[in-house]
Amino acid sequence: MYKLKATIIKDIRILLRDKVGIALMFIMPIILVVIVTSIQNSTFQLVNKNRIAMMVCNRDTGKLSTQLIQSIDKIGMFKMISIPKTEAEEAIKNRMRGKDALLAIVIPADYTQKITAKAKNVSGKALNSFGLNGDTVNKKISVNPLTMYFQPILQQSYRFSINGALRSALQIVESRETLRQLYFAINEKPLPEALEKDLLNNQTNINEVPVSISGGTIMPNASQHNVPAWTIFAMFFIIISLGGSVVREKLSGSFIRLKTLPTDFMVALISKQITYLGVTLLQAVVIFSMGIWLFPLIGLPALNLPSDYLALLVVTLVCGWCAVSYAICMGVYAHTQEQANGFGAVSIVILAAIGGLLVPSFAMPDGFKTVAVLSPLHWSIEAYYSLFLEGGKLKDVIPNLLPLLGITVLIQLAAYIGLKKKNLI
Amino acid sequence: MVTMADLAVDIQNLTFSYTEDAGVHFAGLNLQIPKGERFGIFGPNGAGKTTLMSLMTGLISAESGSIKLLGQPIGIKKDKEVNKLFGFVPQDFSFYQELSPAENLEFFGAWAGLTKKQTNQRTTELLEVLGLQDVRNQSVEKFSGGMKRRVNLAIGVIHNPAILILDEPTVGVDVQTRHAIIDYLHKINDAGTTLVYTSHQLGEAEDLCNEVALIDDGQIIAQGDLDGLMEKYGQPTLEGLFLNLTGKQYRD
Repeated sequence: MYKLKATIIKDIRILLRDKVGIALMFIMPIILVVIVTSIQNSTFQLVNKNRIAMMVCNRDTGKLSTQLIQSIDKIGMFKMISIPKTEAEEAIKNRMRGKDALLAIVIPADYTQKITAKAKNVSGKALNSFGLNGDTVNKKISVNPLTMYFQPILQQSYRFSINGALRSALQIVESRETLRQLYFAINEKPLPEALEKDLLNNQTNINEVPVSISGGTIMPNASQHNVPAWTIFAMFFIIISLGGSVVREKLSGSFIRLKTLPTDFMVALISKQITYLGVTLLQAVVIFSMGIWLFPLIGLPALNLPSDYLALLVVTLVCGWCAVSYAICMGVYAHTQEQANGFGAVSIVILAAIGGLLVPSFAMPDGFKTVAVLSPLHWSIEAYYSLFLEGGKLKDVIPNLLPLLGITVLIQLAAYIGLKKKNLI
Repeated sequence: MVTMADLAVDIQNLTFSYTEDAGVHFAGLNLQIPKGERFGIFGPNGAGKTTLMSLMTGLISAESGSIKLLGQPIGIKKDKEVNKLFGFVPQDFSFYQELSPAENLEFFGAWAGLTKKQTNQRTTELLEVLGLQDVRNQSVEKFSGGMKRRVNLAIGVIHNPAILILDEPTVGVDVQTRHAIIDYLHKINDAGTTLVYTSHQLGEAEDLCNEVALIDDGQIIAQGDLDGLMEKYGQPTLEGLFLNLTGKQYRD
């Protein structure tokens, strides 16, 4: 036991003197988790609170374009900036290039005229179908499109959302006008405002209910998604310190000296695993604590810990053990510290990508979904999400922990074979 | 007549070759080193000195034959009890440069099988004797080459081994450090430790060794007490004896 204790003390001393390694293990993930959560939180708020700047060039002089602008404004996604109706296409593009706004829409000059004509046409068709005599039936009305200019930095997913919102506003204006025309054709008087409101505003709301294992209905937020993901990333990034440490020991000949001493080399491996498992636990404590206490202070949603603390500890330990095993294995096979650091860091990013930390697994192509199961980070994030997002208990994460343990054992075996092959044990 | 019980090292019919480099090999090598000797193993580069030391310390395994240290076979048993019998001072600095001498000795002492109390006692003794007491808590990476050599030596003798195997323990050090190390080796030999030593510093070897073996191409080409060998081959120095027996051509 004294040998193990002395070895752990040695490993801790070396670790504490590796300032760069400590920075990479703690400071880098902390910065990463704050930045990514802030960014993702702001994208949530982009839709809900922050508004996307949108220039509006209304070339139409009719009332319907004004109603369209009001409908778009009512959606709440956009900060509307009016620009002169005479603004040329190139001038609008120049404003966009000057970053005046991410978006610009141009309402065609004949918008009111065309929509009114279309509404009359549709109401006429409707009257005919009722068996009444309607005007302007079967005329082909072609409405000129609304043009939307956008900054290329606007991601496709946002464009889809914006497109959907604009379509909704266009639909409201067209439907309202059709209703008015239809009402007027039947009653020869304008549609009463109260009735119009009833007809158009009586929309069915969408009640969003997260389906969790626990049955809880806490709405997931950016912190619940990001903090566990980047904690796993941080754990696996100990490869920079631990992988490098193993390589340094190999190169310095310390391994050779240890082999000549009357102690089983497994003591060294167990010590490294205990020491760095402690580091991964500390990383998790630090990052989770930040999520709980620091995030609300900087305007981010607070992290809610899962109710099953034992499950959280078990998942963190298994993830940490896998990360430590991976780092040792890399250190065993790398010939230089640069190899361990470079290959280790890149491989973690790749494993994170295919594991669903950067892009959710459900959004991946089928081929990648198959490969994802090979990434230990995939099983780690699945287990954490089960606890943090679905309110799962220990029994719920076992299907994720078993493959993770299997991968860990394989990595340990690979490290053992590497040590044997290199005559280090 | 030397009996088995008098032998510190007993190598019988040792056969070894590197699979990827058949250049260094032993084919039926025999070597006996009595207890209490200051035994030098010399030879040109690539002769097999370091390989022989690696075999003696169990770092690599022989294909056939046996190596016994104080009657116990090395590299056979997994419990490594035999490793308590010897200390090894490799040519490279085989310790943790991030740690201080005291921290290195604390760790290696535990690995050598000492208790905490024994380790602390030996650490104080060794740092004093080797002139490292004033820097006992400073990080080794800032040390000079000579100081690092002394740390390397201190770790090798932390557990007071019966046999000390040294692979070029004074390479790259100044005259003062070399003298200090050689004096210390004489001192522990007087106390009963058998020294098995290799070096290219033949003048230093003359000061230290009372018995030598010259090896070349994996074979012992001469062995005996130093004075007797020099007289036999008519050479006034070990260097002369070395060149006489191994030639002057480059070996690497």
